[in-house]
Order: sequence, then structure tokens, then C-alpha cells
Amino acid sequence: MADVLGEIVDALQLIVTGNPEILGIVSRSLLFSGTAVILAILWGTPLAMLIAMKDFRGKTVIKTFLNTLIGLPTVVLGLILFLIFSRGGPLGFLGLLYTPAAIMIGQAILITPILVSIGVSAIESVDPEIMSLSKTLGASESQAQIAVLKEAASGIILSDLASFNRAIGELGVVLIVGGNIRGGGIRTDVLTTSISRDTAIGELGLAIALGILLVLILFTINIIVVVLRKASYLVELAKGPYSKLKRSRETK
Amino acid sequence: MRTVTELKDVTKAYGNKIVVDAVNLQIREGEILALLGPNGSGKTTILKILAFIENPTSGEVTFQGEKVNFKNTEKERLQSTLVFQKTTVFGTSVYNNIAYGLKIRKVPKETRDREVKKALELVKLEGFEKRNARKLSGGEQQRVAIARALVLNTKLLLLDEPTANLDPKNAGILEEVIDTVNRENKITIVMATHNMFQAKKLPHRIALMDEGKITEVSTPAEVFGKLSKNLASFAAVDNTFTGTAKATAAGTSKVDVGNGVQIEITAQRQDATVVFINPQDIILSKAAVESSARNVFKGKITEITDLDPLVKLKVDVGKPFTVQITKRSFSEMGLCLNAEVFITFKASSVHVL
Repeated sequence: MADVLGEIVDALQLIVTGNPEILGIVSRSLLFSGTAVILAILWGTPLAMLIAMKDFRGKTVIKTFLNTLIGLPTVVLGLILFLIFSRGGPLGFLGLLYTPAAIMIGQAILITPILVSIGVSAIESVDPEIMSLSKTLGASESQAQIAVLKEAASGIILSDLASFNRAIGELGVVLIVGGNIRGGGIRTDVLTTSISRDTAIGELGLAIALGILLVLILFTINIIVVVLRKASYLVELAKGPYSKLKRSRETK
Repeated sequence: MRTVTELKDVTKAYGNKIVVDAVNLQIREGEILALLGPNGSGKTTILKILAFIENPTSGEVTFQGEKVNFKNTEKERLQSTLVFQKTTVFGTSVYNNIAYGLKIRKVPKETRDREVKKALELVKLEGFEKRNARKLSGGEQQRVAIARALVLNTKLLLLDEPTANLDPKNAGILEEVIDTVNRENKITIVMATHNMFQAKKLPHRIALMDEGKITEVSTPAEVFGKLSKNLASFAAVDNTFTGTAKATAAGTSKVDVGNGVQIEITAQRQDATVVFINPQDIILSKAAVESSARNVFKGKITEITDLDPLVKLKVDVGKPFTVQITKRSFSEMGLCLNAEVFITFKASSVHVL
């Protein structure tokens, strides 16, 4: 027990003194996961708009498929990406395996389903009249779509934060395609992989410090999510009496 | 008089359901034209076609002399705007709401600020620029929606039941605005309504609608003068009843509208008479109230519609009456479906059409 307490004290010391090793790992985690989210936003947002705003056959199937992918174990995706990026794989010639690029692309793919799923429901929950309203005020098709997107803004931001949450906390993809490389020129070790490695080799102080920081990051993101939810809840509350009356009518 | 827009044999169907049936209609420059008819008669769909946000299934629409290609109506949409019946505002400030169309038209900021201010003055919401539009009352939101359309100064202004969800004060403000922009800014207006009273005083011409068809287009005086011809389309309009009038000893008349309902009116009438009672002029109570009002009927609530900040009720007293009360009264009185209530209105509140 005393050992564990000692390790925790060590960990706190490492954090408070701003240990450069720890700072490096944390900033790599933030950079890789942040870039992954940006990548996923770039292709995920148009995809979410397409699914939410257009009527086409198989829409429900696609939505169900995306929801299923949210729960895909990260090690399975890691394995698939490893096979694609490895020398004999279809994208082996790019030489991406065990590089930061592989991590960022891998995480972006991992979080796309969650980003698109939440994005789709945010866009679908916007008053359908907003599209017609923008158009009758003179908006072109794309300007009207942007108006809808703006109405869904808090939900979209929520989907981006949830995606970041998933990316920074996952281990499978980053370990398998990143390789958790500590030495040499380019490092690919991040918070989750370092915690796993440091625990295995008995560097408990370092592992605990990284663990605390990872939880702090996740906690901060969740606080932002709660604040955002509350903001949109307040908007709902402002419309309150209406929904209340509607409910009471339905129950009668 | 020049024609702004014209519908030729325009039909709109959703699947097998025809909602607009071979409609021919010319809208003249500078006029207020009212589409008058019961709910579901196709008024909204015609307005959406005139706003170029709904494509006709068949037929032709011309706008300012040119045939409209519904594959791309971006150009036409800049010249025709629709205010929806269900108030819809963007979840942002009142300023951003009203300036939206001006931004799309790339109007410079100073002009935009000036125009927004002017529009807010017109709808009597001075100084509301920074308020969150979603946090305004229903009536104020509808006024923002009207200001947002007015500020664009379009050739054609389309209003779908602009006052249906409003209390008398807000409705009065809007009717005044509609009249002003038509007279002073020469804006051509097409408005849907099922309020007989409004149809009688605001428009230059009335198009009577029933089941997707336009049955008649003429001036209010003509339409209301020869009612009998189109009784069918009037019968379905809220609080409009037909019956035989008989003079009473007191110098008034009673109109027997059927099912034992006799409505007392101040005018001396004999024979067939059509009467209309504004839903806002009816007092609703849980017990019979002693008053000078000549018309008191007991009935049951058969339908409740929420039109924040108002509640619209259908009360069956033998004949269905539409009554509008505030939401506050509604909750304070603890009303519900099938509740027994009394409706009361003065003989002088009955409009003889």
C-alpha cells in the first residue's frame, strides 16, 4: 500500500513539475487526436448532411450500419488498418505504418461513425421548416443547407467533442498502427499506449501521472459537453409551456 | 393593371392526393388578394407554389411575364417571399433573423442596419435587435417573421394565415402593417385566411377555395353580396353559420342555424342569413355567466389546439364553435377535452355577411 501511495506522490510530482517526457506524450495525444477529429469533420460533416437532408433508399440501413460501427472494437479496426498499411497491403507503398500519419488516419476512421451518427440526429432534429424558410428568404440550396447546419450547431459540436473523447481514449488502433515508438526520430507513443507500456515495465509513477492527465482531459471535455447540453436545454425550456401542454394533451 | 404572376391549370398532387386542382389565377400588381377557404382547401400549397418553394405537378406558372422553370427558382425566389402560418425563426438574434435575406442579397451593413431598424419600427418592436428570437412570445415572433419578409421589399409578399395564431392586439398590429405596406410601398400581397372578418376588410379581391379548386374570384363586396352561390365553401369556415332569420319583438333577429341553435343578431333580418362570429369575441366560462350578452350556449370541448400564446378550442353546442382564449386562461380554468363549458357573445359581435 505504501508503495502505491509513494507512486502516486511521484506521479503528482511529475505533473506539477511539468516533466518534459509527460508534456511530450500529452501534446502528441492532443495533436494526433485533434487532427483525427479535424480529418473526420472534413469528410464526416458532408456525409452527415447528405444522410440527414436527402431522401434516398437504404437510408435506414446506412444509419443502422453506422450505429453498429460505433461499437466496433478498436483492436479489430487496428488489425484491419494494419493489414492495409503493412508492406504487403494495398496501401503499403505509402510507408505509413508506425508513423503519426497512420495514427491520425486510423483514429479519424475510428471516430467517423460516431461523428456522423450524432451529426445526423442533430441535423434531423432541426425544424424542417428552416430549409423552406431560408429558401423563401432568397437562399440558394447550399445557403439553405448552411442555415440548417447552423441550427444544428450545438449538436454538431457535441458530436465533435464526443469523437475527440473516443479518439484520445482509445488504445487498439494507436497501438497496432502507431507501434508505440518511444526512441528514434519520430515518436508515436501517446497517453494510452504509454500508460499500458509503463505499467508493464513497472514505471508506475509515470503511468499514474499519465492516467490522471488522461482522465482530466476527458473530464474537461465532458464538462464542455454538459455546459453545451445545458445551453440547448435552456432553449428547450424557453419553449417549455408549449411542449408541456402538448404532452398533457397526448396523455388525455 | 399589370399581372405580377399567373397560374395556368396548376395542379399539385402528393401521391394520389390532389391538393391543388387545375387552378387558374392572376395576381395583379399592387393588389391584396385573399385566398379564403376552410383548412385543407389548398391555400398553403398555392402560396408555396407562388413562393417557388414547391413545384406544381402540372400546369404553368409565369412570373413577371416569364415562364418559371421550377428546376431552378433561385432568381424568382429573390422576388417573392412567404411568411409561414407556423411561426419559424432562426435560433439567433432578432437582428440576424431580419437581416438574413439582406445578407443573402449582399446588402451592405449600413443599409442593412437601417432597413432592420425600419422594419422593426413598422411591426412595433423597436429596440428588439439583440433579443434572442426564440425567447420572444408567439405574437412577437410572428411579427419578427413579418418584418423579416417586409425588409426584402419583394415584388410579391405571401402571407399564410398571418394572424391565425395571434391575440387580438398582435393581430391588429399585423393587419395595420399589411395595409400600410400595400398602400405605401405598393407591394402585391397574397394572403391565405379563414377569418371571414379579415377577408371582408383587408383585400381588394377574394379567391374562394374549396377542395383544391378556386370556385370564385371577385371583390369582397361581390363575394359577400351573393353568398348563397358558394355556401358550400363558407360552411366549412370557422364560426360561419347559415340559417333562417326571424325578427324578434325586441327589434333584433334570431337566426336558426339548426340543431336547436338560435343566434341573436342586432340587424333586422328575414329569411336566409349567413353569420360569422370572430373566435376572439366569444367568452368561455365553466358556468353560465349573467351578462348583457344575448347569446349563451352550453356545450362540450371537442378539440384543443395549441397556438402559443393562444389556445384554440372547438366547442360543440349543437353546432361547432371555434373559441380562442389565452394559454394562461386555459390552464387557470383547468379545461380538458369533453369538459362542459358555456360560450357567450353579444348580438352586436355577430357579423351578418
